[in-house]
Amino acid sequence: MASDHITEIVVFTVLFLLVSGMGFVAARWRRPDTMHSLDEWGLGGRSFGSWITWFLVGGDLYTAYTFVAVPALVFGAGAAGFFAVPYTIIVYPLVFLFLIRLWSVSHVHGFVTPADFVRARFGSPTLALLVAITGIVATMPYIALQLVGIEAVLKAMGVNGHWPLIIAFVILAAYTYQSGLRAPALIAFVKDVLIYLVIIVAVLYIPAKLGGWGDIFDSAKAKFDATPAPGDGITIAGSGQLNYAMLALGSAMALFLYPHSVTGVLASRNRNVIKRNMAALPAYSFVLGLIALLGYMAIAAGVKPIVTDGKPDANTAVPVLFDHMFPDWFAGVAFAAVGIGALVPAAIMSIAAANLFTRNIYKEYLNRDATEKQEATVSKLVSLIVKAGAVACILALDPQFSIDLQLIGGVIILQTLPSVGLGLMTRWFHRGALIAGWAGGMIAGLWMLYQIPNPAKGKEHFGGSAYSLSDLGFDTKMTIYAGILALAVNVAVAAIGTVVCRAAKLADGADATRADDYFADEGDAKVKELDLSAAT
Amino acid sequence: MTPDNPKEPASTEPPPAARSDRSAWYWLLLVPIVVPLLTFLFNSDSPRLAGFPAFYWIQLSFIPLGVVCTVVVYQMTKNRG
Repeated sequence: MASDHITEIVVFTVLFLLVSGMGFVAARWRRPDTMHSLDEWGLGGRSFGSWITWFLVGGDLYTAYTFVAVPALVFGAGAAGFFAVPYTIIVYPLVFLFLIRLWSVSHVHGFVTPADFVRARFGSPTLALLVAITGIVATMPYIALQLVGIEAVLKAMGVNGHWPLIIAFVILAAYTYQSGLRAPALIAFVKDVLIYLVIIVAVLYIPAKLGGWGDIFDSAKAKFDATPAPGDGITIAGSGQLNYAMLALGSAMALFLYPHSVTGVLASRNRNVIKRNMAALPAYSFVLGLIALLGYMAIAAGVKPIVTDGKPDANTAVPVLFDHMFPDWFAGVAFAAVGIGALVPAAIMSIAAANLFTRNIYKEYLNRDATEKQEATVSKLVSLIVKAGAVACILALDPQFSIDLQLIGGVIILQTLPSVGLGLMTRWFHRGALIAGWAGGMIAGLWMLYQIPNPAKGKEHFGGSAYSLSDLGFDTKMTIYAGILALAVNVAVAAIGTVVCRAAKLADGADATRADDYFADEGDAKVKELDLSAAT
Repeated sequence: MTPDNPKEPASTEPPPAARSDRSAWYWLLLVPIVVPLLTFLFNSDSPRLAGFPAFYWIQLSFIPLGVVCTVVVYQMTKNRG
């Protein structure tokens, strides 16, 4: 009953209200002349220095869902869940190599979204529209999953029902509307301080109570040895190794293509800020590795996840562990860290999705002559709609549906890699071929995901992302991440299609960017300024 | 696991003309992209370190490896101070 958890609830509520207040005040922080443009509302004036970027991007990439779902996966399946560590190691060199070019070209041309870039690079509004829609569709369930993170800690505090979730999201929606990207940037400080505090305490305190790290791993091993499932254990089974590596690689590539990561990177002040951050952000990967191991601590502590509707909810394993292990007040702090951890990415994701809609659908198709102020107004409204949609998803549908959608989201966002990622490096691909490749990758990806069963959950379709190579006729038990296979189809179609389009002499779009633009830095002339100086 | 890199030191190259940040040092970033994917390097329980099976401590040690590579590339490609 909730009354046992009264201290936890009070601490949680106080911290939650504190950051909500910060969210509203954030509009005054580094106050711009006007909030009525996407550069200000949606990108914080493109002015964030190293520290703010570190907190913002860290708060953006390591979501509450990550903090809850990764240890839940380790709790349930063991080593396979640890892929989050190689995944978040690989992503930073990728950002260093790719997104830094996107920052430069966006700085020169005033791009706000990855689809803006694609439109200018390939001269194709259609391709840009596909990239924008893919981004929005992939981001929506991700926002919904942040609610799953909050729900898990609420359950652990004995709070059931949906109204606390709705209140939390209404507050979030209100201050994002008012303060734009400045709100999550400011809140990210509190979020990260709390997360670091909780994790440092957890990894020092809990293993000491459970008899040390060796015993924790041994009890996890004993649990997995006792189960009939062949794929679990504290190391990965032979047939799962390829999938482990490809899931890490595919997830890393997907992560830097997600619109919210792009938003975080574009908000930084200059190239060196990004480069420095790519060296400093792995500190979060270390924390994530330790968080993943909380799953084993939960096993060693004999935690039983909370049962809802007859099904044990593995996402509650770590919150319940905190509840058992920590004094009440500190468990409250830990829960607040997860709850606030949901707010930062949810805000950035809704801003990113709203910007995609505004720039690549509204301005492109509905109101070509939109002013900067109209753009900002539309984005603010759409950010509200996006969040309302996320809440509706969680309330009206089985949360499992959001998890399935998130799985699909990772696979489909990867299909923008040839136009966005490779497009940053080369203009070789033909716009028509990129569209064909996108379609081929989407079909292949969705078809494979549909085929994957999950006997443990009693599902015939969309049971995971590990595709059996035996389904392709290979005589092996190996599995591979479906997103990588779909991407291979995509790239192959785009490459062959480019050769065909060139041979058929199909018209290609004009490239509005120049080679120099990809190295531009703070202080370099922007296109808008060049236009203005030419006009006067 | 040292930052030593067999590549030619890029510092001998003159600063690239016009606008380009082409540098051989960028190849060093392949290390933290490729090494974490090589599961045979770490997929075992022993040797344990402070109670951590090899699978865990080796992968966690890839994090400082990635940081070192990134810092080196950053220092070598920093533009205009």
